[in-house]
Amino acid sequence: MYIYDDYDQQIVDQRVAQFRDQTQRFLSGELSGEEFRPLRLQNGLYIQRYAPMLRVAIPYGHLRSDQVRALAEIARKYDRGYGHFTTRQNIQYNWPTLESVPDILADLAKVQMHAVQTSGNCVRNTTTDQFAGVAHDEIIDPRPWCEIIRQWSTFHPEFAHLPRKFKIAVCGSVEDRAATWVHDIGLHVVRNAAGEVGFKVIVGGGLGRTPIVGAVIREFLPTVHLLSYLDAILRVYNRYGRRDNKYKARIKILVKAMTPAAFAAKVEAEWAHLKDGPMTLTGAEIERMAGFFTMPAYEALPAEDAEFLRLRTENKAFARWVERNVFKHKQPGYAAVTLSLKATGIAPGDATDKQLDGVADLADRYSFGEVRVSHEQNLILADVKQSDLFKVWEAAKALGFATPNIGLLTDIIACPGGDFCDLANAKSIPIAEGIQRVFDDQDYLFDLGEIDLNISGCMNSCGHHHVGHIGILGVDKSGSEWYQVSLGGRQGHDASLGKVIGPSFAQDDVPGVVKQIIDVFVEHRQGDERFLDVFDRVGIEPFKARIYQKERAHG
Amino acid sequence: MVKTPHIVKLDRSSGQYEVIANHWLRVAEGCDDAIPAHTLLPLKEWLERRDELLDRADVGIWFAPDDEPEALGADAARLSMIAVDFPAFTDGRGFSIGRLLRERYGFEGELRAVGDVFKDTMYYLKRCGFDAFEVRADKDVHEAAKGLNDFSDAYQGAVDQPLPLFRRRSA
Ligand code: SF4
Repeated sequence: MYIYDDYDQQIVDQRVAQFRDQTQRFLSGELSGEEFRPLRLQNGLYIQRYAPMLRVAIPYGHLRSDQVRALAEIARKYDRGYGHFTTRQNIQYNWPTLESVPDILADLAKVQMHAVQTSGNCVRNTTTDQFAGVAHDEIIDPRPWCEIIRQWSTFHPEFAHLPRKFKIAVCGSVEDRAATWVHDIGLHVVRNAAGEVGFKVIVGGGLGRTPIVGAVIREFLPTVHLLSYLDAILRVYNRYGRRDNKYKARIKILVKAMTPAAFAAKVEAEWAHLKDGPMTLTGAEIERMAGFFTMPAYEALPAEDAEFLRLRTENKAFARWVERNVFKHKQPGYAAVTLSLKATGIAPGDATDKQLDGVADLADRYSFGEVRVSHEQNLILADVKQSDLFKVWEAAKALGFATPNIGLLTDIIACPGGDFCDLANAKSIPIAEGIQRVFDDQDYLFDLGEIDLNISGCMNSCGHHHVGHIGILGVDKSGSEWYQVSLGGRQGHDASLGKVIGPSFAQDDVPGVVKQIIDVFVEHRQGDERFLDVFDRVGIEPFKARIYQKERAHG
Repeated sequence: MVKTPHIVKLDRSSGQYEVIANHWLRVAEGCDDAIPAHTLLPLKEWLERRDELLDRADVGIWFAPDDEPEALGADAARLSMIAVDFPAFTDGRGFSIGRLLRERYGFEGELRAVGDVFKDTMYYLKRCGFDAFEVRADKDVHEAAKGLNDFSDAYQGAVDQPLPLFRRRSA
């Protein structure tokens, strides 16, 4: 984990003072609401439907146990006892008062945390693979690079007020678990023919109302040039991105309008001036950063623990949990455990203060005191001994975090939607719950295999519905809440966007529609085929035919 | 255009600032006659009369957000006064203009932020090479000036400190 030095601490402390001053000036009327809005957003503070919402940064999804306890304490002290983990690996509090936010920030700063740039038109939290550093298919650990980017982007003076928000994702492994093709910038760690490490640079991907898969503008960027190259991209975007229409202001629109080739040429021309300048990374800095993300003190263990294997054979429920929620580790005898925040009846991604304290204890006892947040809104203990898995499972059950559904239909990604978010067309949370209630048979779910179901309450797509195998989007129809369903979307290296199946549905019909989709899948399935494979083979028609056979849909 | 009575003037080498009277008038368009002293002309207008104005230290230029420093190019190094307009503080194009003028085109004169300028962008402006600030007339200019020191250090290299923290940290 990265540990702050005096410089880092001073920057977050001064940020607390600055934001306290801004809040006071707003409350005293010195700053108008219109002026305060962009300032508070850059600190993750929204004024929501019922109360302000504060989004706290969890850089690349990594937390120490003391930080998890601080998050629990904030939930208790300033909120209603819970927080919500988001698809950007951050945590949101839904009920703080505006006046208390500077105090919350001060509490966060004590454990080296902040809410810097968690919203607003600036460079946001950089995200990466939740299994960074432990994944068996990793080329290089992406976390030092995420931290290098975090520092570069924090209060970057030139890019403090971009045309629109800007999101960067880094992937260091063979499989892309960071959705890099649908980010403003996606960086893939690659090796060139000479064996040197560099980045493949993808720009202009994104979801939202104009979903688009990014374009590669550079096949190989030597690592030392990362920051000067990012400066070049951001400068071109800052100067030429549209500012007249917020729906056309993302970099993807600029890249599309210019064509990726012309955009790349502009970036290269700008970079020619910046290359080899002071922002060129030094070997010492790269080493310093890598030094924070070394391997923990693993024990030398056999690849398979006999007692673990015995328990797994004897206990079906444990075996199922292992199959779904335990991820292969590169270190023999260790495993990564996903704690599911997707129990039926609880908003996806929500955790109470007690659960957070419990997770911190588990991390201390079994996983070197660290916890990770995935963009699927679950929590991860990345370094658990195989021989401890049974104990972790039992403890996770007691916390309500052991639903064996990772990657399954009920591991739903959902944005806060109309229950909390001002921009929502429709609710998300009750839809997730309705679907989870229909699919309550664990055996059946297990047999269905991997299905990503993602829900967004509006076109802003915080729930990533475009890349769900089944995507559900809240739409507004003359003032009432409707849902559009799409099929076949996916993330990863073959990222693509789902196809809308047809006219939208009323809230009550959605679980039934999902049931029909699954029925069609099962009928066409050959052997253990995955949902996506069946969809790719039979196409959208059989699904359409079933769902719209009766007059269920309206316009 | 309205002229604010006071500006914040920063001494870039010492970091000290003072609030002083504003002498410059920014005009939306020039006139055909001689340009009075202490006039800030739109970039386009200045370029049209470049040969006549290049040596006049008492005439400056102001940039709109979509004006390109490239159009001025190396002439920047011979000017003593350039203003950059921020029609809204959330329009960050002027930050890039400031850096380009300073870092690429060798502008050493007074670089002035005008328009929607108040406390909360002062620090960023300073980092991008600005050393004069026409704070919005309805804001307290002394209060705004304090914003210059919201932070005492920063991660990235920029005009005020070209070396990023990582080059100084390891030193
Ligand atoms: S997708 Fe829309 S409704 Fe959901 S959180 Fe984002 S903005 Fe709000």
